[in-house]
Amino acid sequence: MTSTSANAIVTGRAGTGAHRSKGWSPRTESTLRIAAPISLGLIVLGIWQLLVTVGGVDDYLLPSPSSIVVELVEFWPAVVSATALTGTNSLLGLLVGSLVGIVTAAIAARWRIADQMSAPIVAALAVVPIVALAPVLNSMFGADSQFGRQAIAAIASFVPIFINTLRGFRQTTPVHRDLMKAYAANSGQMLRSLTLPTARPFILTGIRIASSLAVISALVAEYFGGPRGGLGSLIATSAASSAYSRAWAYVGASIALGLLFYLATLALERLVMRRVPTGGSR
Amino acid sequence: MSDQTLNSAATADAQPAASDTDAAAVLVRGVNKQFQTATGVVHALEGIDLTVSAGEFVSLIGPSGCGKSTLMRLIADLDEPTSGELTVFGKTTTQARLDQDYGIAFQQAGLLPWRTVAANVALPLELHGVASAARRTRVADLLDMVGLTEFADRFPDQLSGGMQQRVAIARSLAEEPQLLLMDEPFGALDEMTREKMQTDLVRIAANTGAAVVFVTHSIPEAVFLSDRVVVMSPRPGRISDVIEMRLSAVAGRENRSDELREASSFFEMVTEVREALHGGAADSSGDEPPVARGGDTR
Repeated sequence: MTSTSANAIVTGRAGTGAHRSKGWSPRTESTLRIAAPISLGLIVLGIWQLLVTVGGVDDYLLPSPSSIVVELVEFWPAVVSATALTGTNSLLGLLVGSLVGIVTAAIAARWRIADQMSAPIVAALAVVPIVALAPVLNSMFGADSQFGRQAIAAIASFVPIFINTLRGFRQTTPVHRDLMKAYAANSGQMLRSLTLPTARPFILTGIRIASSLAVISALVAEYFGGPRGGLGSLIATSAASSAYSRAWAYVGASIALGLLFYLATLALERLVMRRVPTGGSR
Repeated sequence: MSDQTLNSAATADAQPAASDTDAAAVLVRGVNKQFQTATGVVHALEGIDLTVSAGEFVSLIGPSGCGKSTLMRLIADLDEPTSGELTVFGKTTTQARLDQDYGIAFQQAGLLPWRTVAANVALPLELHGVASAARRTRVADLLDMVGLTEFADRFPDQLSGGMQQRVAIARSLAEEPQLLLMDEPFGALDEMTREKMQTDLVRIAANTGAAVVFVTHSIPEAVFLSDRVVVMSPRPGRISDVIEMRLSAVAGRENRSDELREASSFFEMVTEVREALHGGAADSSGDEPPVARGGDTR
């Protein structure tokens, strides 16, 4: 009897293992979640390196990972200062865009007329290409000013934050609104105690989407004039002078910067929402 | 005091003497409410007259669409009547709302999901500028009253429906209102929780001496809780009957317990309300209780 039950367990385990790969312990699974993408990345890099050194792909066309690393180490101070500059522009743009986005969404949620007035402007801002705006703003604010880039980052972040926040402000339920009215809450209390907390997850999602957009916009804006020194302008000049390995090194730094922004806003979202259940209560 | 109001209310159907008009918790005179909808005008309420004395427990009962919730919302100043007059403790409903003369509970608990149980109960106190130390003691007392002390730091989604509703009731009592407005607060609860909550509510209302306007569609619930049951009929919403509860088995509300649910006077009252509801305009002011029809007390 013991042997049959043992057999049943073994076959049962084998059966589930064959059907779904979730037979691992949670610990193995969390290790795998980190290890799997890293090993995939290393494999891709290895193939890339082999392609260039053994496969005979011209190093001029496709620089090998090792040569990119060499450039990265050699130009490390420049990479760091360029990342800091682009990062500052992105951060300022993101902060201003968030602030303006949240405030205008609050106004649009409060007064219907403001919503109707702002809707076409927001739609226009949503479709304006950075490529079109960058040269104009750069020449407007002079060749030595970072303001144009910060403004572009702000405009790019404004749109998703405005749209998400406005949606969040409209999520209050009738029973909560009745309750606040029954408590004779004034509009400030209404905003602080009900509307803002209800909109919080929406605002945070908007900021997370905007964070990547801010970095991309600040970086791309550097391609179109203005002072040198940012990641975008260094990628452009390196590529123009055929220093492709160096250009790739700056591209790597750009990716790192974008990821940093994304992860920082994700962490902010987790931190704020940690003890806040997302489901509505009855 | 409450005995006196009970006696005076017992003499007339709904028309008190001019002298208790001042003391009335709620006074409704000739109220009409019409809603404009896409298909035309809906007469939600027509010619409503109602007086709720201080400390009196009045239930509004009727089928869906009879305007019982609408009437409660008018008293709470959440909606405005098309015509007619409403006063709460002699003031306009708006003034009464601004003065926070009533506490309110809805069918949905309506707790704020990002606040703990304690913070939810503290919300009205917070909005009205009660100092934090006083707030803390008051919240502790209220949670003790509804038996949720150990859940003070939980969030609403960690509580069962019945517990959430108890939090909502504690919140409605936070400022010791002399009038409680409750719109089917136990509607979503299972029968056992519901009976427990009813017993608790009767005790709390008796202890605080608050008048209660209680909207329900459960006959036994209305009979168990009330001094008077107001029966309403739909399209247009009218008061078709007001039935005095004569539960001889017990002296006062504070003594109502589960035993009452099995008393013969309870069943007589259930039958009377039931016949008023189903019989439409049947005259139920006769002194002898009608014979029970069948065993269905729902």
